Amino acid sequence: MKNLKAKPKKKQPAKAKAKGDATIKIDGKEIKAREGSNLVQVARENGIFIPSLCYYEHIDPPLGTCRVCICEIDGKPAPACMQKVKNNMEVRVNTPEMEDTRKAIVEMMFAEGNHFCPACEKSGNCSLQHMGYEMGVSISRFPHLFKDRLIDFHPKRMIIEHNRCVKCHRCVEEVLTQDGKRVFSLCNRGNETVVGIDYEEEAKLTQEEALAAMQLCPTGAILVRGQSLAKPFGDRRFDKESVQKEERAKKAVVEAATKAAKEKKVIATISLAGCFGCHMSMLDIDLGFIDLLEVVEFNKSPINDIKKFTRQCDIGLVEGGCCNSENVETLREFRKKCDILVAVGECSIWGGLPAMRNMIPLEECLEEAYLNSITTVAGEHIVPYHEDLPKILDKVYPCNEIVKIDYFIPGCPPNPEHIWKAVKNLLWGDHYSILYSEFKYD
Amino acid sequence: MEAETLSTQRAHPELLNCLWEYQNQHGYIRDEDIGQCSERFGISKIQLEGVISFYHFFHRRPAGQFTVYLNNSIVSEFKGFQRVREAFERETGARFGEVDPSGLFGLFETSCIGLSDQEPAALINFHPFTNLNTLKVRQVIAGLKQGVPVEELCDEVEDNIRHVPPGKRAVFFREYYPGNAITKLNGMTPEEVIEEINRSKLSGRGGAFFPTGLKWGLCRQQAATPKYIVCNADEGEPGTFKDRVLMNTMPGLVLEGMATAGYAVGAREGILYLRAEYMWMKDKLEKEIERFYRMELLGKNAAGIDGFDFDIRLQLGAGSYVVGEETAMLNSMEGKRGEARVKQYYPIERGFLGKPTVVNNVETLCGAARIIELGADQFLATGTSTSPGTKVISVSGDCHQPGIYEIEYGVKVEELLKACHADDPHYIQLSGPSGECISLADKERRLSKDDLSCGGAFMVFSKHRDILQILLNFTSFFKEESCGVCTPCRAGNFILQRKLEKIKLGLAQQSDYTDIRQWGHIMQSASRCGLGKAASNTLIKALDTFPEFFEVQQGEGLTRKFDLNKATEEYEKFKS
Repeated sequence: MKNLKAKPKKKQPAKAKAKGDATIKIDGKEIKAREGSNLVQVARENGIFIPSLCYYEHIDPPLGTCRVCICEIDGKPAPACMQKVKNNMEVRVNTPEMEDTRKAIVEMMFAEGNHFCPACEKSGNCSLQHMGYEMGVSISRFPHLFKDRLIDFHPKRMIIEHNRCVKCHRCVEEVLTQDGKRVFSLCNRGNETVVGIDYEEEAKLTQEEALAAMQLCPTGAILVRGQSLAKPFGDRRFDKESVQKEERAKKAVVEAATKAAKEKKVIATISLAGCFGCHMSMLDIDLGFIDLLEVVEFNKSPINDIKKFTRQCDIGLVEGGCCNSENVETLREFRKKCDILVAVGECSIWGGLPAMRNMIPLEECLEEAYLNSITTVAGEHIVPYHEDLPKILDKVYPCNEIVKIDYFIPGCPPNPEHIWKAVKNLLWGDHYSILYSEFKYD
Repeated sequence: MEAETLSTQRAHPELLNCLWEYQNQHGYIRDEDIGQCSERFGISKIQLEGVISFYHFFHRRPAGQFTVYLNNSIVSEFKGFQRVREAFERETGARFGEVDPSGLFGLFETSCIGLSDQEPAALINFHPFTNLNTLKVRQVIAGLKQGVPVEELCDEVEDNIRHVPPGKRAVFFREYYPGNAITKLNGMTPEEVIEEINRSKLSGRGGAFFPTGLKWGLCRQQAATPKYIVCNADEGEPGTFKDRVLMNTMPGLVLEGMATAGYAVGAREGILYLRAEYMWMKDKLEKEIERFYRMELLGKNAAGIDGFDFDIRLQLGAGSYVVGEETAMLNSMEGKRGEARVKQYYPIERGFLGKPTVVNNVETLCGAARIIELGADQFLATGTSTSPGTKVISVSGDCHQPGIYEIEYGVKVEELLKACHADDPHYIQLSGPSGECISLADKERRLSKDDLSCGGAFMVFSKHRDILQILLNFTSFFKEESCGVCTPCRAGNFILQRKLEKIKLGLAQQSDYTDIRQWGHIMQSASRCGLGKAASNTLIKALDTFPEFFEVQQGEGLTRKFDLNKATEEYEKFKS
């Protein structure tokens, strides 16, 4: 494989580069760099973080496919990976507009593919997930498209998970057989574009080459059978800390609001189409919960088992999306009864794991569950339908498509510290800063 | 012939033709063909699949003995597309996207086939059928079933040239004598030719308006050889058909334009990239090329100029809008997926096979040939001082006289609307879906480089047309035709389409329009090539131009509009 051969190239002494013959400005900071070197690389060497996904040091010309590294170059938006350093180049990385555009593109990838991080083998080693964290993506502004995509189990050694592919082109350019043939290629066009794999050529790869291909993939789209879980979750590449440690820490510190004497507030919580995992997480502050009860009172909530609202609440925490008519009604009631409504966890934000059914027509799901399943008891071949039963929706809807949601706390489940810090901030303006470890969860 | 180009992918200029041979032989490309092709070119099968699946006229499954491609552009939609579509399904027994059980007919939808002045139109085995209606479809299909050859059933495509500037002011549509332009080259140095084109201020007529003389001059300065001239005859922008008429009426003029460019930049080979939708013109163009060789206007010492050898060949496309972008076209000619290249080099530096290449639109080349024939002065005497000359406009939509209008630059929108007898015009789309939309408030504005620059399409829609239907058609078009390489274009168009569908359902809120603007802007600034950058232009412009159409009754409340009955519709099926 090419990247193995090209490795020595990477080991150019960093100091030689530092003595560059060009002076450029990145966010006002003057930097010396070698004329013609790659901008993403130069920024990285100087401790400036430009998010990137498809960029890979020795693919030349760069791919320019993912567009995540878009910056303002001499006043115009352009992907940084496509830029060769020129003297007097002026680069602006962290302007509000550019930050938002880059974030939008990552959100677009989450909306376009079917990314269920908590159920993904690559979680913690995934560059897309990592970029999401680094940019503070908590909710995709775009509607999730839930396009039905296949998982290709045909290759002898690999599994291609088309739901997770971001079409970065890395594997297309880099994974070649010994006789120089391509193992991957983009196929189709438009929104049907997929990365196809050649089964014959794939069989020619050595185990090492196959593993390198899996690592090359920035997401969990290329998996090698039996090798995808080699390292446990929690100890993986992006699990521990942010690459932009200092900056992020600085950003995360929000001026503490003036603390007033704590007035007692009323909270309601509910689990809709969720697993109660977010509620379990809420309880995970352990003894802290006793302190909490001094300043809040729970109204309708599974925590105290109050079934009906008895008064207007200050804040409502909603876990889960809407998968049936009852969920919709409950959510609408919550909107009426709570002044602030917060969506807690992935399911309430965009559907989460229950939305795995969104790619499949409802009819097929129900038939599979009630009629054709191996555990179906003979003679009981019906799909339950009764006027007293909630009606199942055609797909799982995120809460903000039904009612207006004021705040979103992402995670599967969100870290307990994160949930309560956010709630305290919303209710009393308490100091709010989230550590990387508290923001890292799935 | 193989050469290293920019990408690590090798070029296979023969590949597209090879695939066409297989496609024509069996009506589709079989697995064994892929095997043979893979051996011959030394590339993996998946790479071939990647190329084949990029172009919508290549099939990997049988596509019927008679393959019908029905145009689904917006003009066709308004002129009865749905009825014609149903008629095809009824008469053939096949469904769209499929082949009937006997394998006789395959029905497919396709984007604009360059016949917007005679819609609804379809291609059957690449022969044109125009002005279709239910009755005509029945007759055509009956004829085919009886064994009448397609060639006999198909229509003669009308040129519909409606307006030409009076007297000597016409540049394009005036009498044409083969060789009048090329023979003038004898006695001029290449530099003089470039100077003459520069003086005329001719600029690219494909829509980008790059000065033609400058492009030629820069290419001439390149040291690398050989150099190539590529004629871009892939006008895929829906609503555009000017190049069709230019090539159909004066195929020789296009060749002369190419030879002129070849002489100016020092190229020996010209390639005319013809879109597959125009396959019915292929014979005519090839015969004209032969005639030019016989007249010694091409080949060795072309047009009697010592040392000027110039050959022209034809390259057939295979169905893809984005290939009309010049670098995508170069990739396609090299037997690759027609994805636009990253902007590291201009084609004049490294184009076809990595060599300096001039890519010009059909109209630009015709214009250049006329300038050499008539002199820059005559060209400069027409139009306005900043945009001299005439422009060929394809007019279609709700007007009584759709067709070709050669207008002088500076003409007012109002004048053109009057000339084409537009019916109660309300919404006008300039330069196709990637262009811009205007309303009658702009009727005093002029078509010229400084005001309304127009790539060639002028689609008029009356007050009775649904603007949302127009925009949905455009967005679906981009969703299909995006090359799929970069995220903002591939996903963005898909997302915008969903948004428009939501609006169509009556679930729109003010924030949805804000979203369209912001998301459209992200696509504009972050996309990789012109397609993605331009795809949201019309949508955003429409919100500004027709605000009354997008007015939302209800303000932003706490509950969203959500149709619970519709969401539970599917489940209700299980009520026994």
